[in-house]
Amino acid sequence: MKSTITATVGKTRVKDSLLSRVADNDRWLWRAMLAPAILYIGLLVGFPFLLSLYYSVSSITVASQDVHFVGLENFRRIVASGTFWLSLQNTIVITVVSQFFVLVFANILATALVVDFRGRWLVRLLILLPWVAPISLGSIGWLWIFDSIYSVINWTARAAGLLGPNQWPIWLGQPTLARASIIIVNVWRILPLATVIVLAGLSSIPQDIHDAAEVDGAGFWRHHFQITTPLILPIMLVALLFGIIFTFTDLIVVFVLTRGGPYDTTQVIASWAYFTGIQGGDLAGGAAISLFLFPVLAGVAILFLWLARHTEVT
Amino acid sequence: MTRELVRARHIAGKAAHAAVLVFFVTFLAFPFYWMMITTFKANQDLYNTANNPYVFNSPPTLQHLSVLFEDTQYVQWLLNTGFVGIVVVIITLLLAVPAGYALARMTGAWAQTLGVTIFLTYLVPPTILFIPFSRIIAVLGLQDSVWSLILVYPSFTVPFCTWLLMGFFKAIPRDLEDAAMIDGLSRFGAFIKVVMPISVAGILTAVIFAFTLVTQEFVYGVTFITASSSYTVSVGIPTFLVRGDVYFWGSMMAACLIASVPIAIIYNFFVARFVAGFTMGAIK
Repeated sequence: MKSTITATVGKTRVKDSLLSRVADNDRWLWRAMLAPAILYIGLLVGFPFLLSLYYSVSSITVASQDVHFVGLENFRRIVASGTFWLSLQNTIVITVVSQFFVLVFANILATALVVDFRGRWLVRLLILLPWVAPISLGSIGWLWIFDSIYSVINWTARAAGLLGPNQWPIWLGQPTLARASIIIVNVWRILPLATVIVLAGLSSIPQDIHDAAEVDGAGFWRHHFQITTPLILPIMLVALLFGIIFTFTDLIVVFVLTRGGPYDTTQVIASWAYFTGIQGGDLAGGAAISLFLFPVLAGVAILFLWLARHTEVT
Repeated sequence: MTRELVRARHIAGKAAHAAVLVFFVTFLAFPFYWMMITTFKANQDLYNTANNPYVFNSPPTLQHLSVLFEDTQYVQWLLNTGFVGIVVVIITLLLAVPAGYALARMTGAWAQTLGVTIFLTYLVPPTILFIPFSRIIAVLGLQDSVWSLILVYPSFTVPFCTWLLMGFFKAIPRDLEDAAMIDGLSRFGAFIKVVMPISVAGILTAVIFAFTLVTQEFVYGVTFITASSSYTVSVGIPTFLVRGDVYFWGSMMAACLIASVPIAIIYNFFVARFVAGFTMGAIK
């Protein structure tokens, strides 16, 4: 009888001390608070990623019961395909060209927005719209703007006398124009985010630096390129890295506008992985294709880590 | 410099400023203006290339809206999006609020590394993971169910919100908890009773961004779900309404507009805090 009581008391004491140990001991508390999130992320990012590596060297299809190891066969098959090189080229060209314009435009726009003027909040709301609206819906808006018969761009150009009577560009039907359209939509999509990030950088420059430049008689351009730009370089790099990731891995714009057409001339890695893996049922091939996105992502991630360590901007 | 020259330069500067703003506002907001015009245009006006497309040549109509709400499953898609969004937000908060706080208060070199690592998982895009996920969802028997989306979406909302909240909690002075702990609360008690109540604004920001990430997601939605009754808005409109050769442009533009603009207006209030949280780790 006596021993049971002691045992029960002992148990509650153990339970108590465990709880209070977790609640009071920082080391255990941090572990307990972080564990669920890390577990979830590990299961839902880490595990599928490993699975993707496995699929890429297997023979898996949507219908297959019997899956076996095929080594680098899928990669050999992909690299041998003309569509792969076209997709890779498109992905790189679309990313590089659109991010070039985004960077230039974001700097211009952020410089215009950093000064106070009447109606600034309205301008800010309007320029943020493309980034805030679901990208698939924004792309549908562009699908209508680029329509082969009712394109408002063509109508306006003709009304302005820029298009002759027999000229009527088919935006999404001709390879070069279709690529240009996809670049335009990507610039449109990423520019607000880049602008807001650059704007945050501009606003964080202490006013006395500007005052000092003023006193020293620096003109607008000199002020802009020799004082402002170096100061916001790290944050511009952040904007650029996000732009690269969102553009390089995107499939929505291509999916909605062209579905990779005409004849795969606007196919990108991500959209081709979708059409191969999901619509074509070749999961192994799709997984292998999507892995070609990985080296660039890893590079961007390393740059991010480097940036986090080596820059000190207030 | 003469006074006239100064004046001329001032006016030229103002004009250049206005020109830059007009150009970019036109470029960025035009598609939404176009959605709005199209939404209220009668078909015979829309499909007549002789008409000036910028104005109403026939009187505005609500016909496209009634088609959208009566003949399509748009309302169902809105409800699906709302449901998925709310459940994902709850899961995200349960996981990200404690994790963000722990990361903000942990000391030691590897605390920062861990924080950055969690953020980097946000950068692993759906376009790398959707193929293995399609199989996992099939094995779990969740295809064509919104639960597949609820399972998978926290994989990007949790890293993102953990990062956002970490930045927010870091901005709260430690002294507040220290004082509460001297008064007898445990560290966890101080977090619940002192830190959480003053963090409402930060948590609300995380809620808004988790919700919008969900409404924007497309790749998993289009991969897991083929039954139109389970679509979310961002998947339903491009896959269900853009099919075959007949485009109901008026209804589609209405659908896009209704799903985009309210979110944009709410978002606008939170954008400054978002940018602060978003870039914090990378530049400080």
